[in-house]
Parts: sequence; structure tokens; C-alpha cells
Amino acid sequence: MRLASAQRRDLRRRLSRILFYVVLAIIAIYLVFPFYWAIRSAIVPDSVQFATPVVYWPENPSLENFRKVLATGQFRRALLNSAIVAGTVTLLSLAVGAMGAYALGRFRFRGSTPVRYIILSMTMFPSISVLGGLYTLITQFGLYNSLGALVYSYLIFTLPFTVWVLMTFFRQLPRDLEEAAYVDGASPFQTFWRIMLPLSAPGLVTTGLLAFIAAWNEFLYALSFTQTPDKRTITLAIFYFSPQTGGGFEIPWGQMMAATVIVTLPLIVLTLIFQRRIIAGLTAGAVKG
Amino acid sequence: MSRPAIAEPRRAALPLRRWQAMTLAERQAWLAWLFLLPALLVVVAVAMVPLVQTLYFSFTDKRLGALEPEQWIGLENYRFLLTDPLWWTAVKVTVQFTVITVVLEFLLGLLIALVVNSRFPGRGPMRAAMLVPWAIPTVLSAQMWKWMYNDIFGVINDLLKRAGLIEQNIAWLARPDTSLIAVASIDIWKTTPFVALLLLAGLQVIPDELYEAATVDGASRIRQFFTITLPLLRPAIVVALIFRTLDALRVFDVFYVLFGARPDMQTMAVYAQNYIVAFSDVGYGSAISVAIFLVIAIFVVAYVTTLKVEVQT
Repeated sequence: MRLASAQRRDLRRRLSRILFYVVLAIIAIYLVFPFYWAIRSAIVPDSVQFATPVVYWPENPSLENFRKVLATGQFRRALLNSAIVAGTVTLLSLAVGAMGAYALGRFRFRGSTPVRYIILSMTMFPSISVLGGLYTLITQFGLYNSLGALVYSYLIFTLPFTVWVLMTFFRQLPRDLEEAAYVDGASPFQTFWRIMLPLSAPGLVTTGLLAFIAAWNEFLYALSFTQTPDKRTITLAIFYFSPQTGGGFEIPWGQMMAATVIVTLPLIVLTLIFQRRIIAGLTAGAVKG
Repeated sequence: MSRPAIAEPRRAALPLRRWQAMTLAERQAWLAWLFLLPALLVVVAVAMVPLVQTLYFSFTDKRLGALEPEQWIGLENYRFLLTDPLWWTAVKVTVQFTVITVVLEFLLGLLIALVVNSRFPGRGPMRAAMLVPWAIPTVLSAQMWKWMYNDIFGVINDLLKRAGLIEQNIAWLARPDTSLIAVASIDIWKTTPFVALLLLAGLQVIPDELYEAATVDGASRIRQFFTITLPLLRPAIVVALIFRTLDALRVFDVFYVLFGARPDMQTMAVYAQNYIVAFSDVGYGSAISVAIFLVIAIFVVAYVTTLKVEVQT
């Protein structure tokens, strides 16, 4: 009798273990399958792409789609535009944001609380709610259809976020180093530049990366403030993807998926390298229940 | 240019002397504002001015490219908005989308977080892989899924046919009754792992001793979940819910890629953007923007009062 019940318990444990792995497998497939499909669609020729029934495992993979996409000037131009815009926005936010975060994180002064509240409310600000004003300003100052318009408007979401996350980083740094610098006669700017900034390098990397990804992925402002193909960022280029090479009847899905893979790969590599820091940065957020 | 040179040294000396006469606290306050100045200038230029302008335009008939300057028309835009059927369709679509995605992302995210929180081989890579959908641009993930949902060559129709669930291909993105499910499934795919990571961070700070003590006391796994896990996870749940709701209410990218400005599948943000940019009707578009802001504010107030959130600054 006793033996039987022990066996049954053992069986139950084994069954629940199996169930656990089944759930795990379903989750993993759900996460990964769309990526697999993008890659498979990128490496098959159009004859396989537009065939029914669907081919799941391509027999003769080719890099033809990649070659075609990389040969188009517009795609290369869009990659360059995105790199310029996201890079500039990131550097500006870090430079301006680190100074502001230092003030808010290390100094006690009257008026700091309202400023913190303003910054916090801006981190949750919907970009659409200032579109009318931004659009008019950008047209008035002749920035319409320029990369400058994007750098200017992207600061609205990168800067408050940068200030907020860096502020939490600065707060965690020990006081004594800063005091030692002052005792040795360093000016406040020297202390900030030589002591505090190097110490907060991990925070700068994390926030910089998050700001870069946010700017790289942006779509609404890019769609609203640019017009001509030579000013398109990568999200716009992939949105407007149309048959350019080889007159097709369909949207060239193979080339589009090749472009998607090209754009996604660096992001995947970056997030895998910095995943711990990204999670820390994202959860160093605003609200506490 | 004819300023007397003799005045210069005194001018320079005065602030210095004043600086030396200050207390430490006063000096600190000056320095802090000096450090803050660039950030504040940027905030005013990129956020405050456009915000005030948007608010002002919402009370005018401002049109971009119009020859005459805008006229103050009071609440006319808002009066029109209240009776605008397309606006109310947009509100309905957005709120439906928000409820579906936030609920499902939370439940699925919790399940994934609980699974990933237990020890198994390959847990580290799994955690890392969960960030990937979040990191890729929404426009790209929308295009990936648009292709999978393709009515003739799409893999989703093919899989469903092979499984015997459907007999004929479905034009998922064209049919009014399947469009919302299709777009929600994309957002759920992209964001559930992120929600799971937020919840996972909350799970990991719950001490193991609590579960051990509960097991000794004979509490079942399910009981432990409701009396230990859920209450202690509350802060993480609140953060995840608020973030997701705010994001879902202002959704733009995925809808625009799938449907453009299709009248029955516009979100509030798509509707506003279309008026401002495509129709150059900055006045009415701004009124829509302000209305979006108000809808979001209603949700935030509802959350804050029901969940008793405290804001940490």
C-alpha cells in the first residue's frame, strides 16, 4: 500500500514536470516563431515566397534578398539617417541630462521637488499630445523635412527619462568621494566631471542605450516631420517599403524581411549583452505601489 | 562700445564678493540651478512651448499654410468633437484594444514570470531572449506579423488550415471582425515578455523562507500563491499595469502600419495625427490631442485612487 502511494506521488511529480516543460516550450515557440519566420522569408526566393501551400523549411536558401536590399541607396541612406539622429539625440540627452540629474540627485535646494515632479510627469507624457504645437514650430523655423526636426523633437522623450534614471544612479553614489574632492580644492564642475561622471559610467551606458533604442525605434514624429525619401529613418523606410527592384505584383516581402533582419540583429546583440542593465534601468522607473 | 573701461573690474568683482559672502546652502542652490539650466531650457523648448501652443491652437481654427492668421473660436472644436462619430469610434477602438491587451498581457506575463522564476536549465538565456521582442521597433514587428497574417501566402492561415481549425483563408487584417484580434495579438506578442520581466523583478525579491514556512505549515501551492506571492507582488503589478495602460491608450505605430487611417480602425492617436499632418487642420487636431490627454488622465486618476499608488520622488 505504502509503496503504491509513493509511486503515485512520484508519477504525479513527473507528470507536473512534463507539463511544466510543455508550457515552457509553448512560450518559447510563441516568442521565437515570428523571428524564425522573418528569417525564413528573408532567405527564400520569390518563387518559394509566393507559393501555396507554404514552405516551412527552405531547401535552397539564398542571400539574394539581402543583396538586393543593401544595394538600394534608400535603405542605406535610412540606416545612416537613423544612426545620425539616434546618436545625436543620445549624446545630447546624456550631456544635458547628466548635469541636471547631478543637480537633482546630489544637491538640496528649494524648488527641487517641483522640478522633479515636472520631469517625472514628462516621462509619462504621450508624444501625440504636443504634435500640433511641435508641427507648427518645426514648420515656422524651417526645420520641416530635416533630420534636425527629429533630433529636436526626440529630446522630448529621451531627456526626461535620462534625467530620471541618472538621478537614481547619482543618489546611490557614496558621499565621501565627493567631499574629499571638495576638501582637495576641486571646483564643483571638476568634481562633477572628474569624480561623479566616471563613477556613474554604468548608468550612463544603460540610459544611453535605452535612449538610443527609443530614438532608433521612433515612428510618429518621423512620419509627421519628414517628407522626402532621403530624410527617412529606418522605421519609415521599412514602413514605405515598395517594389523597387524587380517589378513585382506584391509588396517584396522577402526583401522587407531581409531589411528587418538587418535592422534587428544589432538591437538583439545589444540587448543580449546589456540585458541585466536594461532591466535595472527600466525598473528604476517612476512609480511605487 | 564706448563703455568706460574703468567700470569692468568693479563689475567683475561684485558677483565674486557676493559669492564669497553666501552661506554654503545658498551656494549649493545656485550651483544646482546652474547645473539644471541646460536641461530646463531644453524642457521648455521641446515640451512646454509646444504644449502651451497645442492647448492654444485647440481653441482656434489654426490651419497650416493658411494665408490668414488663426482666429479664436472658443470651445467650437470641442463641441464638434463631442458629436464627431469618427472620434468616438477611435475612442472605442482604443479602449477595447487597451482592455484586451492589458488584461491578457498581465495574465500571460504573470504565468511566464512564475515559470521563469523557478529553476530550470536554460533559465538565463530564456530571460535574455524575453527582452528581444521589446527591443525591436514596433514598425518592424508589425510588418513581420502583417506578412504572417497575409491572406493568401500567410503562415497563420496555413497553420490554422493544417490544424483543421479553418477551411478557407481568412483576410485577418481586412475583415472588421478580426482586425482587432489581429492587432492585439501583435501587441501581446511584443509586450508580454516585457510585462513578465517587470513581474519577475518583483518575484525575485520575495524571500524563499516565506514559502518554506508556509510549506511546513501545510499550505498548498495555490494557497501560497494567493496569500504570499500575489500580495507581495503588488508593487510590481501596479507598475506594470500603469505603464501598459498608458502605452496602450496612446498606441499609434502598430495600428498605422496595419490599417493606415482606415476609419473603423483608427486609434485616438492616429485620428489626431491624421488631422494635424494630412489635413493640416492643426486647430481641430490639437483639440483631439488635448482630449487624448484627458482620457489618459482619467485612467491614471482611476488607477491611483483604486490602487492607492504613492509616487516616489
